[in-house]
Amino acid sequence: MLRLDGLSKTYADGTEALRSVTLDLGAGEILALVGGSGCGKTTLLRLIAGLDTASSGQIKVADERVEGPHASVGIVFQEPRLLPWLSVTGNVGFGLESLPADECQNRIDHALDKVGLGTYGARWPRELSGGQQQRIAIARAFVTRPKVLLLDEPFSALDAFTRKSLHDHLLALWQETRPTILMVTHDVEEAITLADRVVVMRPHPGRLLETISVNQPRPRDVLAVGFDKVKRRVLHALDRSLQPEKQTVQASGSDEFSHWW
Amino acid sequence: MTERTNQPVEHAAEGAPVRASQSFTQAQMMWVGFVLPIILACVWEWAIRAGLASGRLMPPPSVLIATLRELAASGELQIHCLATLARVGAGFALGALAGTVVGALAGTSLLVRQMIDPSLQALRAVPSIAWVPLFILWMGIFETSKIALIAIGVFFPVYLGVAGAIIGIDRKLIEVGRVFRLNRWAMIRRVMLPAVMPAWVIALRSGLGLGFMFVVAAEFMGASEGLGFLLVDGQQMGKPAQILAAIITFAVLGKIADTILLLLTRPLLVWQDTVRESL
Repeated sequence: MLRLDGLSKTYADGTEALRSVTLDLGAGEILALVGGSGCGKTTLLRLIAGLDTASSGQIKVADERVEGPHASVGIVFQEPRLLPWLSVTGNVGFGLESLPADECQNRIDHALDKVGLGTYGARWPRELSGGQQQRIAIARAFVTRPKVLLLDEPFSALDAFTRKSLHDHLLALWQETRPTILMVTHDVEEAITLADRVVVMRPHPGRLLETISVNQPRPRDVLAVGFDKVKRRVLHALDRSLQPEKQTVQASGSDEFSHWW
Repeated sequence: MTERTNQPVEHAAEGAPVRASQSFTQAQMMWVGFVLPIILACVWEWAIRAGLASGRLMPPPSVLIATLRELAASGELQIHCLATLARVGAGFALGALAGTVVGALAGTSLLVRQMIDPSLQALRAVPSIAWVPLFILWMGIFETSKIALIAIGVFFPVYLGVAGAIIGIDRKLIEVGRVFRLNRWAMIRRVMLPAVMPAWVIALRSGLGLGFMFVVAAEFMGASEGLGFLLVDGQQMGKPAQILAAIITFAVLGKIADTILLLLTRPLLVWQDTVRESL
């Protein structure tokens, strides 16, 4: 459904944010990207969302090349980014202006019910807590029924309890239309709870290091042995992603390190 | 679910000083603004009656009230007020329209901004009174030059407010519009316009205030009606009570006009958290 082919991004100041990222996501698959700061996770999502342009490589959604914001691609940002002058209903229906009013209202009502805010339609964003605002942002992304949904650490600013509740709301919405989800997170448990595959990235420049399949039935139990096994693998890969690279050591030409490998 | 809405608590988290003010209703809070002028008026009245001041050049409130009554009874006050309000209204409408359009152009186009902003910033520094001789030469001594002068006064704050607000629109909100593939017009209508609305209202209020300042300069240009004329007449005829009556009328009209503007624009800003505090 989503194919990234040799995607690279170098900014005008010469900073290489991403180098040759190739990734294939199946229909309805949830893939989590984890990695340290500066490994290009958010850059990758912004390229797919069409908010930035890749320096090289290509993005395909359902075999169609994507070069800019696309109707099949939705995104939930780290912050809710609700438009403060629109009510909750207005925000959820922001991307539905082209639909008939009835259809639009039905989709909004349904999405609000799914995120547990069915009675909040007339409220202003300022009247909602952070968690409620993020649920509205998730509903706004789902109502347009994207084939690919990008989640850029949407739960990172929330407390553990609210985060758990949002995971449930997200999965409830996902099970209806089953979009392909590519999510970025710093939280390994969150990645394993939600994703089918976890991809660990290496920083400076951002590259894919290792892909780990979760292969656990949903809903997932964080205390289960299988969950813990996957978690160890991801943590180990994360450790490795932060280690200095062999090529870098070689390039330094230091005798002290030349014996190390 | 431990999530709570901000609505029921509103100011609860803002600390004790706010809680203390909650013992007053909003209407009561509005009357608090009258306390200082009333106290000052009473002290001044008392000082003159007690013989501590002569009150010849600074007449006491009782004399000012009598002067205002006389002016109102003769119909003069209404004529002068209407003349001033008509000039401010026309100048404000022109200045606000021009300021909004030029500000929007400068805010949305870097080329336009770099082309016109330096010149406008330089012109902004010119004192209002400096335009008077030129405007009289260009447009004569009657209404056109007066309205043009007021429009100039209104133009600059509106231009600056609109251009600054557009430049300062949160990039993150624009990105929301981009993700939903809004075209240029939809982006302006659905994101940029509402986003600049609070700054636009503030700019209009600043412009209106300056309009009232510039109308005095305009009415010094040989007007035969208007509160500015009343000021000049009071000075030439040695009537300080008339001058003060005109000043007080200016203040009252300015405040009323500002309140009307605020009430008219309030529905546009009902979503703002701070709309009530700005009243």
